[in-house]
Amino acid sequence: MTTVSTSNPPASTPSNTEVTVVKAHRGWVAVNFAEVWRYRELLFFLALRDIKVRYKQTVLGAAWAMLQPLMVMVVFSVLFGLLMDRKPTIAGIPYGISTFCALVPWQLFAASLSQAGNSLVNNRHLITKVYFPRLLTPSAPVLAAGVDFVIAFGVLILMIAGYHFFDSSYQFQFSWGLLLLPVFTLTAAMTALGAALWLSALNALYRDFRYTITFLVQLWMYATPVVYTAGSIHEKLNPKHADLIMTIYSVNPMVGVVEGFRWAMLGTDAPQPGIFVVSFCVMAFTLWSGMYYFKRMERHFADLV
Amino acid sequence: MSSIAVKSRGLSKQYRLGETEPYKTLREAIVRLARAPMRLKGNGNGKRDTERHVWALRDVSFDLHEGEVLGIIGRNGAGKSTLLKVLSRITEPTEGFAEIHGRVGSLLEVGTGFHPELTGRENVYMNGAILGMRKREIDHKFDEIVAFAEVEQFLDTPVKRYSSGMQTRLAFAVAAHLEPDILIVDEVLAVGDAKFQSKCMGKMNEVARGGRTVLFVSHNMNAIQQLCTRGIVVDNGRLTFDGTADDAAGHYLDAMASHDFGSADLTNHPGRKRNSIPLLTSVRVHRANDMDQPAITINSGDDVAFHVGYDCGAQRYDWIKVCVETLLGERICSAGTHTTADCPEVFTGRGVAECRIPDLRLAPGEYSVRVVMGQKLGPSWVDVVDDAMRFHVELGDFFNVATWYDRSQGMFVQRCNWRIIDAD
Repeated sequence: MTTVSTSNPPASTPSNTEVTVVKAHRGWVAVNFAEVWRYRELLFFLALRDIKVRYKQTVLGAAWAMLQPLMVMVVFSVLFGLLMDRKPTIAGIPYGISTFCALVPWQLFAASLSQAGNSLVNNRHLITKVYFPRLLTPSAPVLAAGVDFVIAFGVLILMIAGYHFFDSSYQFQFSWGLLLLPVFTLTAAMTALGAALWLSALNALYRDFRYTITFLVQLWMYATPVVYTAGSIHEKLNPKHADLIMTIYSVNPMVGVVEGFRWAMLGTDAPQPGIFVVSFCVMAFTLWSGMYYFKRMERHFADLV
Repeated sequence: MSSIAVKSRGLSKQYRLGETEPYKTLREAIVRLARAPMRLKGNGNGKRDTERHVWALRDVSFDLHEGEVLGIIGRNGAGKSTLLKVLSRITEPTEGFAEIHGRVGSLLEVGTGFHPELTGRENVYMNGAILGMRKREIDHKFDEIVAFAEVEQFLDTPVKRYSSGMQTRLAFAVAAHLEPDILIVDEVLAVGDAKFQSKCMGKMNEVARGGRTVLFVSHNMNAIQQLCTRGIVVDNGRLTFDGTADDAAGHYLDAMASHDFGSADLTNHPGRKRNSIPLLTSVRVHRANDMDQPAITINSGDDVAFHVGYDCGAQRYDWIKVCVETLLGERICSAGTHTTADCPEVFTGRGVAECRIPDLRLAPGEYSVRVVMGQKLGPSWVDVVDDAMRFHVELGDFFNVATWYDRSQGMFVQRCNWRIIDAD
């Protein structure tokens, strides 16, 4: 047996080495945020990989991040705006801009959810071969989707600025909502992460969820005021129950996010604060429960994925 | 006595047999939930259908001290890799525990996290981060890694354009520059060309001598004996030997000594890899001029025929492969149906496939045969039997002269002509 001489101690002396205990865990386990923080560089690299791989060997590169929501906007404008002869949903603002403003946070959410939801299965080769906090796997795609979001958000600013300068009837108005934009953005990202934690863990266990995710994202979009506005629902409701129904409606956190975005960017009337509160609470619950469920299932990932 | 690096007590891991369903289905879960709602509570330890579970690791206890280099030996499916996976926290043990003192770097596969679309440079950072290196550390060692891998000119080329050798070199180079307190390595030396392999061995030696604690799995007894200070043998999930590396290698080879020569029944073969579907039923080797009897001994340069029996039922499989290996696990050659131009393309039902190898020029000695059946789609191998049977090779009259030649002279025999072309 080797004796370590005192004059030449190994890289770490026993007194300060961390001790890891490998054993079976049972039941619910809390997230070890200190460890996640220690691995932050890996999170960054995983997100970077996702971004780079997405636009490798494409001619347009990151321009796709702009083109995707733009093309969706054009489709919706033609479909809902022209063919179905919708009047502008918000007074003075073209349907296209109003929709694009909703699409920017929606795409962040949808891309995060679908990528993160499949992340455990897609990163199977990593999970079965190396240890790292598994929480990074669904987090990285959310971070990567953030980059596309920033690009699309830039396009939105240009669009609004263009409209402001070329259509004299429209005046961009500063609203306090602008200060809340980071909160709305985070709510979208964290709702996606929370749902993805549930779905990715379930997906690792039951592959049925692979198909569910695509479907869920599609349905979720119609439950979110993207192609329409929350106001257009509100005005059709019986005024007696309208507020209650709107509160129930905003159990979908994306309602608060999208309406918040319209309020902040387009200067529409401020939605009732209740919507934000409900949306925010549901987001927090989804994220919290998702983390616990994910941590609970984590120990089986390497064996099942 | 130096301080402890790894302390393992009663480490056990149980796996569900996943032959029919690799992962759970929702329907199954719902059905089970509906049948026994009470079972939701508790941790399911009450009644497990033990038939569908297998202990990949059972009650493994050992102490490893700082600076020791531990070789882990055992046949395929014995539980070596599971032990490494449990110790590197990839999967949790079912029972028992292990205390690990210090930062662990595990290298269970060369090139984990390599992405074909990313450039060499990007992959170095990616792979380094996955193995637990800090960006600063990678920055610092970047030039060294690139020089070791000998890929300087291709740093900004996507690795999908690399040859497989280059990819392996780069991946090993990153891993070799990992500097954890405890290094866990699984059979990574079995890659690359001979020159690079010896370079890797050199690097591993350097790491081992550098006072780092290393856990090292290999089939290559030479590597184990050269690198390790200590060896354990794992068989059927249990630790069956703990001692010096030389003794462990000896113990392992002795345990492997009871073998079938010339032909073997594969239906219940202990060398079958875990998760195999038992399709291969038999293997025999014949000398081409004596097809009636399996040959226990063949001569160098003989024409031989391997007969592989299979029973695939209604399923269809795409290829069969016969590999000839030394007893130390070095693979000498593989003869697969997928490497032959005119070969059967589908195997179904029962049958016997014949593989004729003309002029098999093995050096005298004892050889082991591995048989594999596989599918092109999905996980490529379906059934693997390691060390399925053995055969002896004698020199015979290969050189047409009375001479000697053994494994110390080389892996294979080669006819040659000598003459003097310049003399005073």
